[in-house]
Amino acid sequence: MSALLAMIHRDLLLVMRRKSEVLTALFFFIVVTSLFPLGIGADPALLRKIAPGVIWVAALLSTLLGLHRMFAADDADGTLEQIVLSPQPLVLLITGKIIAHWIVCGLPLVILAPIIGIQFDLDLSSLLVLMATLLLGTPVLSLLGSIGAALTLGVRGGSVLMSLLILPLYIPVLIFGAGAVYASSVGLDSSGYFSLLGALLILALAFVPWVSAAAIKIAIE
Amino acid sequence: MTETNNFSKNRLVNWFKFSSPATFYPVAGKLIPFFWILTALFGAAGLWISFFVAPVDAVQGQAYRIIFIHVPASWMSMFIYLVMAAWAGLGLIFNTRLSAMMAQALAPIGAWMAFLSLWTGAFWGKPMWGAWWVWDARLTSELILLFLYLGFMALQAAIDNPRRADKAGAILALVGVVNVPIIYFSVKWWNTLHQGASVSLTKAPAMAQTMLWGMLLMALCFWMYSIAVGLMRVRTIILEREAHTDWVRQLNEVKN
Amino acid sequence: MWNSPAEFFAMGGYGLYVWSSFGICAAVLLLEPLSIRARKKAIIRRLKQERLAERFDKESS
Repeated sequence: MSALLAMIHRDLLLVMRRKSEVLTALFFFIVVTSLFPLGIGADPALLRKIAPGVIWVAALLSTLLGLHRMFAADDADGTLEQIVLSPQPLVLLITGKIIAHWIVCGLPLVILAPIIGIQFDLDLSSLLVLMATLLLGTPVLSLLGSIGAALTLGVRGGSVLMSLLILPLYIPVLIFGAGAVYASSVGLDSSGYFSLLGALLILALAFVPWVSAAAIKIAIE
Repeated sequence: MTETNNFSKNRLVNWFKFSSPATFYPVAGKLIPFFWILTALFGAAGLWISFFVAPVDAVQGQAYRIIFIHVPASWMSMFIYLVMAAWAGLGLIFNTRLSAMMAQALAPIGAWMAFLSLWTGAFWGKPMWGAWWVWDARLTSELILLFLYLGFMALQAAIDNPRRADKAGAILALVGVVNVPIIYFSVKWWNTLHQGASVSLTKAPAMAQTMLWGMLLMALCFWMYSIAVGLMRVRTIILEREAHTDWVRQLNEVKN
Repeated sequence: MWNSPAEFFAMGGYGLYVWSSFGICAAVLLLEPLSIRARKKAIIRRLKQERLAERFDKESS
């Protein structure tokens, strides 16, 4: 357990020394969501309708932007090898890295989303649902993303390839996340969506760290 | 006691013998024509039924005949993904190169099947529902399956080290296999939520016996074709990856 | 079932769609094995050249 916390602490410390990387991903989120009204038109009814989808897609893309940082820097200076060789269970250490990534990339999205939601004229209850879905969904994004990051470690054109690999896997999260907000905005019951998002999160937490650990070992050797 | 031991040892050795590319290569070569003949036979029978036995549909007219390739292509695209993931998984567990090569050989075939399913789906949808693409749950899932295939092929192409490519691809394929039902389920859910756009492409005409037979025969035709082409491609992959070995250099094709 | 070849090709007005579908299918099922054959020829050619190069090296050394 302390290994997990130590890993999270280390990754957060490293991020704090280079805040700009993280902030650029967040600004990307804000800019992308602003592009849609500019491209489609500012009709409030239309914006309200597309808001869940747009914000969720922007969240997906922003997460993708920050994913390469999960393993690439450590791989470049040899730390990743040491992590693999260490006596601590690799699964635990990788979970720590994923949690740190979520704190840095996913959690800010949850906090920023209501502001963007207001730009899209969403009402309060929809905003709350949006935050809740992002809270449940962004960890899944970080988890699934770690698989892609691990598989494409050190590969030429890795980040684009990683996007191609992970985006299909993100689709269920997108559908349930955006669907929940849409359902609540038209007055339907969104509890089913939350159950599904929760199930996805539990499944991902249970299996992904092992898969990513296996993928890291394959990439390292 | 020793007799039974020898017997089981022989069986074990025999089975794993075929996991060596050197023994598999000639065996595959002999099997290929056999599968092409089956492809032709099933194809002929299936096409005969598609065009000359199956009656006109009351609602959709003659255009419904596209179902005789659309449905088999969809079935094969999903089936091949499972087989490909199974081979890749075997390669990961038993560390056999040939299993991974088999997965690599099957991927393009599956991708083409997915593509055919999408194309025929579009050409079926246009006359029937007036749109080239409807965000039908089946078609959308098929599109995502195509992305999964392309991702698998892209990952293998991007990694230089062949063994690392094999193993990474295997992990991706296995993750994909687990996700396909989840993706399909979520797309169906999404389809029913946004009622407006949903038109079911899968509401095929009530299945007359003949139509079912036609689809079955065409599916068998595609299956035999996939095996034939899969064996052809895996032989080429074996040659490319085992180029440095003695047995490849001693092949008749290379010596002459 | 079909009264004339013309009727067969017209497919009740849906000829474009039906034949495009069957056509692309036939095209893929033909082109894929052909491309594999071309790939195989390329690797065999490379192997032959390597064999010749090795023999040349052995003879000249």
